[in-house]
Amino acid sequence: MDVLEKNSITEEITGLIEQFGRDRSSLLPVLQGVQRKHQHISDFAQQEIARLLDIHPVEVYSVISFYSFLHSKPKGRNTIRLCKTIICDLLGKNEIEEALERELGIKFGETTNDKNITLEYANCLGMCDQGPALIVNERVYTKVTPQKVIEILNGIN
Amino acid sequence: MLINDESRAPVSQKPNKLELPAEKEGIGSNVTIEINGEKVTVPFGTTILEACKNNNIHIPTLCHHDDLCIAGVCRICVVDVEGMKTLQSSCTFPITAPIKIKTTTPMVRKARRHIIDLMLSEHFGECYSCVRNNNCELQKLAKEYGVDRYNFGHIQKSKYDVDKSSFSVIRDMDKCILCKRCVRTCIDLQEVGVLEAVNRGIDTTISTFLDKPLADVVCINCGQCINRCPTGALHANDPSDKIWEAIDNPTKHVIIQTAPSPRAAICEEFGMEPGTSLTRELNTALRRIGFDKIFDTNFTADLTIMEEGTELILRLYNALVEGNAEVKVPQFTSCSPGWVKYLEHFYPEFIDNLSSAKSPQQMFGALIKTYYAKLQGIDPADIVTVAVMPCSAKKFECERPEMRDSGFKDVDYGLTTRELAQMIREAGIHLPEMPKSDFDDPFGEASGAGLIFGATGGVMEAALRSIIELVTGNKVENVFQNAKIIPVRGFEGIKYVEFPIEGVAEVPAILKPLIPDWKWLEGVTLKVAVAHGTANAKKVMENIKSGGKLSECHFIEFMGCPGGCLGGGGQPIPTNAKIREKRAEAIYAEEEGLTLRKSHENPYVNHIYANFLLDGPCGELSHKLLHTHYTKRGKFID
Repeated sequence: MDVLEKNSITEEITGLIEQFGRDRSSLLPVLQGVQRKHQHISDFAQQEIARLLDIHPVEVYSVISFYSFLHSKPKGRNTIRLCKTIICDLLGKNEIEEALERELGIKFGETTNDKNITLEYANCLGMCDQGPALIVNERVYTKVTPQKVIEILNGIN
Repeated sequence: MLINDESRAPVSQKPNKLELPAEKEGIGSNVTIEINGEKVTVPFGTTILEACKNNNIHIPTLCHHDDLCIAGVCRICVVDVEGMKTLQSSCTFPITAPIKIKTTTPMVRKARRHIIDLMLSEHFGECYSCVRNNNCELQKLAKEYGVDRYNFGHIQKSKYDVDKSSFSVIRDMDKCILCKRCVRTCIDLQEVGVLEAVNRGIDTTISTFLDKPLADVVCINCGQCINRCPTGALHANDPSDKIWEAIDNPTKHVIIQTAPSPRAAICEEFGMEPGTSLTRELNTALRRIGFDKIFDTNFTADLTIMEEGTELILRLYNALVEGNAEVKVPQFTSCSPGWVKYLEHFYPEFIDNLSSAKSPQQMFGALIKTYYAKLQGIDPADIVTVAVMPCSAKKFECERPEMRDSGFKDVDYGLTTRELAQMIREAGIHLPEMPKSDFDDPFGEASGAGLIFGATGGVMEAALRSIIELVTGNKVENVFQNAKIIPVRGFEGIKYVEFPIEGVAEVPAILKPLIPDWKWLEGVTLKVAVAHGTANAKKVMENIKSGGKLSECHFIEFMGCPGGCLGGGGQPIPTNAKIREKRAEAIYAEEEGLTLRKSHENPYVNHIYANFLLDGPCGELSHKLLHTHYTKRGKFID
């Protein structure tokens, strides 16, 4: 990571901290802000957040490792998370799974070669009455069918 | 209503104590509760655990530690509170109403037994091959609750690699029970912040930033986490096998130096109450084990005072009289390797304030492999030096590349109190029954000033005794009763003391080449401070950084561990404030019985300046052998 890149990350984090307050309780919103922009929170960003919030880097790392929506390693620009819990499973999760893997040519847990899409599982999205459900970045899609998968994928740029 | 405590721990981890009423007897200040049918009155806000402890009712604990904030994560201390749907953890439950508690109902016993069984199901390894065998809280609980089989199975395969990267601390996560005591020690007690729980649920482990090996993160090797680990998950890097090898090798001349704190604490390893120094018994035991020579680290502690004291005076002279802006004041002590590494990581910009004098351990190593080797006609390559220290960071210190000024590794092995006790046991010796014997020549006697290095404030007291006498020409006994400088003693986190200098004497011969006269010190008020534990050190550093009162100090003593060396990471387990107090008492009591109590009066020290370090304190040779330099490490990890 070069100096310019580092400086821009520091600036970004400073902005987020100004927005949410210079307190350890601002950690989560700050992490979410960085995650949203970079799809992951780099080693450098973690240490900068720790320095600016006056906490220890390992605490930041601990929080990131706790939440499955926060990552310390780079991911695709978009993340598709398919609900893997029992209701969606009964409502045809497997077909959606196959369709996603077939259309993207990757397995779950992997990222496409152009770093555009990462496939992951999620636990219950709370859409059991409208399953199978998946979530693209922060938008939820319900009653997904293999046909709809293609539409959804076409909608991601 | 939470008590405003200064630690940075999140509210959820702070002691769950309600503000106690100001009056002790007024209405609402006491609550009468029922424990196992017996009525007891306790102050409002006491936790159930405290209430039971005060009334001699035993409640098992695991994640609870006297030095640390409350966590309530292990649940072993659960009790039955009447009217509550579930069992309550007694360590986190403040008493605010006349509740009825039962501590031994079938439900409580079953819950506790299940918790132990669940911990054992994930606890890899066998007790007899564990470093904490017979001193393990999990093992003790298993015995207490009569575990005779693994109800939930027992893990058969190791899940984690043992992290042996650090010279000082070894982490074996297979033995971890996730009580988070090490996390609280590292983050709250020491404010170093190396360890935290990472991942979630069943995948949770205690780890470092980015799961790096311990040697690659900002660990200062203080070993406080080892002292608080209930199991064998954390232990020191034990060199005793190599030491046995050296002892058994007839061509090796094995020398051991013993520091004051291990001598004041090793009795605990042999079933004695804390608070007895076994200095001379230890000498005999070490001889029987097979060490060729036994020296007293206090001798080089005296030497440290001469070197560091001279350095301080030169620093002050250059800064105050000559007006040299490059000379940094206050001077920081450099005896504690944990503190040194802390400064290198967290305040590298203050590295020039650190005294360049080596710690007593390293000074001794350098002297043994030069002066002593020449005196005895032994090839330094055949000398093995071992240092008994209360400290795990000393293991790292002797591995520093700059600690090879004698041309060899100055100190070959740092041995902790616990490891030495193990060696003594292995040799079939019961230490308390040993006859007494003295240290070996040519470094025979050391002063009491060196002895009190073991307690927080000790280095300062030793330095002040010499500085006061050498500068004012007045006997310390005339200024402080019995030469006890009480203001710098005790366990207060940060102590700040002022000493006005009234009247100066002639500069003693040993310092004459360096300083023309003392006139510039006439009427000056000497300001000193003492801090122990890196959390307090951090407060001092922040105060200095912001230009506070402590930035005006001339000399500050820092110790990496709470209580100073006697609370070090290599000392017997368990530790708490009371035990540390007892150890301090033992050290101060031993010191008061000595006749020689000032470093500059030590005839052996004067002998070495007359015969070996010919250009005096801070001279060329002592700079080569007894002084060092430091590394700006910083805390960023690439």
